[in-house]
Amino acid sequence: MKLSRKNGLRASAIGALVVSGALVLSACGSDNNTGTTPDGEKTSAAASNIKCDDAKGQLLAAGSSAQKNAMDLWVKNFQAACSGVEVNYQSIGSGGGITKFNQGQVAFAGSDSALKDEEVAESQKICTGGGKGINLPMVGGPIAIGYKLSGVDNLVLDASTIAKIFDTKITKWNDPAIAKLNPGAKLPDSTIQAFHRSDESGTTQNLGKYLSTAAAADWKYDPKSKSWPAPGGQAANGSSGVATAVKDAEGSIGYFELSYATANKISTVSVNTGASAPVAATTENASKAIAAAKVKGTGSDLALSLDYATKAEGAYPLVLVTYEIACDKGNKAETLPTLKAFLNYAISEDGQKVLSDAGYAPMPAEIAAKVRQIVPTLS
Amino acid sequence: MATTTTTPPIEDGRAKGATRPGDRVFLGLSRGSGITLLVIMAAIAGFLTYRAVLAISQDSTNFFTTFEWNPAGSPPVFGIAVLAFGTIVSSIVAMVIAVPVAIGIALFISHYAPRKLAKPLAYVVDLLAAVPSIIYGLWGAIFLVPYLDGLNQWLDAYMGWTYIFDKSSDGVARNLFTVGILLAIMILPIITNVTREVFLQVPKMHEEAALALGATRWEVIRMSVLPFGRSGIISASMLGLGRALGETMAVAVVLSPSFVLSGHLLDPGGGTFAQNIAAKFNEANEFGRDALIASGLVLFVITLLVNGAARWIIARRKEYSGANA
Repeated sequence: MKLSRKNGLRASAIGALVVSGALVLSACGSDNNTGTTPDGEKTSAAASNIKCDDAKGQLLAAGSSAQKNAMDLWVKNFQAACSGVEVNYQSIGSGGGITKFNQGQVAFAGSDSALKDEEVAESQKICTGGGKGINLPMVGGPIAIGYKLSGVDNLVLDASTIAKIFDTKITKWNDPAIAKLNPGAKLPDSTIQAFHRSDESGTTQNLGKYLSTAAAADWKYDPKSKSWPAPGGQAANGSSGVATAVKDAEGSIGYFELSYATANKISTVSVNTGASAPVAATTENASKAIAAAKVKGTGSDLALSLDYATKAEGAYPLVLVTYEIACDKGNKAETLPTLKAFLNYAISEDGQKVLSDAGYAPMPAEIAAKVRQIVPTLS
Repeated sequence: MATTTTTPPIEDGRAKGATRPGDRVFLGLSRGSGITLLVIMAAIAGFLTYRAVLAISQDSTNFFTTFEWNPAGSPPVFGIAVLAFGTIVSSIVAMVIAVPVAIGIALFISHYAPRKLAKPLAYVVDLLAAVPSIIYGLWGAIFLVPYLDGLNQWLDAYMGWTYIFDKSSDGVARNLFTVGILLAIMILPIITNVTREVFLQVPKMHEEAALALGATRWEVIRMSVLPFGRSGIISASMLGLGRALGETMAVAVVLSPSFVLSGHLLDPGGGTFAQNIAAKFNEANEFGRDALIASGLVLFVITLLVNGAARWIIARRKEYSGANA
């Protein structure tokens, strides 16, 4: 008996060791989304055009998980072209990225939303010599509304019905409002299961901005909220969690970046914007909508104001633009050449070209041109 | 009676007995470890309290009764009512399921199973503890939830009259009940393991005496094993409860959280402290993090209370505890 007791203790000690080790390892999860990364051949061709200038050493960055896959591609190509350079982007979320940037821990931050006034004020401590943090739009992407409803292939909704569905004001698939937008579709008499994000997210924030602009009468919640503001519906963790939930549950609907819909083969809603035909969620259509955006930042700040209520032909209005945030003046001297070279590549034609394969929308020519003018002036 | 007047050579065994170098080193080491532990706990409590006070002083509503979490709003609004309720309810569900099952497994392994089966079974239960919680979460979200939909509908149809099993809003089984089941599986190994250890320590004489009096095996267990192991079962359960209260990733992946307080276990919604912190921490600004830390302080206090209660219960039943046997 004594022997077996000892064994039990030893086993539990080993168990405890494994558990604590596993906890440490599992602590760093990420919103990674595999299956959409294109492989080598195109990227290696692009690599030859990368200007390394004086890039060297390690470049630290952190922020939005929405642009992680784009960042992975850029980093891979950039590191392949410029030897001895290491770019390290941690996708810890926009808020975390901005916090790290304003503490001076990273050379630039990735964020789904432009800096707020108080965050700009805080950045002046880090950006020496009178500089401040500026927003450089680099990656765009459509937020797809994915659904699972057998027998219905091309669901069309408009902003108002989307708002009512996610606000649980419309609860049945055969609701007259949905039927009117989808003549001829066999809509079942079943409950709509609307899924939203349970974590705070720039994706939720962009959906909120879109709904409160394009369907102001039906979406009364705070458009700036990163956590889900409405009381009803169901939630899942991360874009991948929402995509999994939608894929599993019949009669469900949810929102996530387009790449998750592609990877999980989830049907997406075409949006009736008021244009002559409903607009599908594609990277091309998202670029068209971003092209209509206006720059609201001043000086070298290129924060965009998106036109969510656009009625332009083929422009998909529900888009997300993610920024890289750096100092206009007073970046750290030792990382400045690497920072400029990397951002230069990211916004270059080659850098933007690789985006659409990964489910992102390249910046429209006009905005990209502006960013290309700003990046070399960073100091 | 002259001997009583002389000073006894050892007045305090701990202080004056430690004269040899080995003893002194050991005394220093153990005292140092004890003090380190207290300092670490005090540091955690101090940090939590400091940041919590920063946050709560700016909360525009009652921290304990508000059903909302929006520290980024103006004015900031956040409260822990839903989180405290969800944490406690999911843990209670987990305990109700896990404790009887764990005692059953422990009894089976220690008293019923043939030797060849007992060891591998004990080992498998121990292995359950080695599975990372995120794996439980993924398993729960992808495998368990679709299967529990049917159970939920059955419970709603036949047990709906109990109020807690009345499903009042539609949705898949991403609710506190599912979380409770998952937590029960996760805390099984620790409860089983400790309970089994205690059952193995029941003095053989007790059992043999009971058998000699003509008791059946079940009567032996009822009359000698269970009473002897009671304090052990309680402390094992409290260890499990501690895990259940603080479980983070599995709950974050499985639960469909919302700031709604509902006694209907099968409705999606609710939330727990740890789940809320995991979900909101990444994107929160500095003040939002302080608010989350304030909620963490409440969890810290609840855990302290639970452990305190366990110690108190065990102290009351000292006559049964293994240390005195």
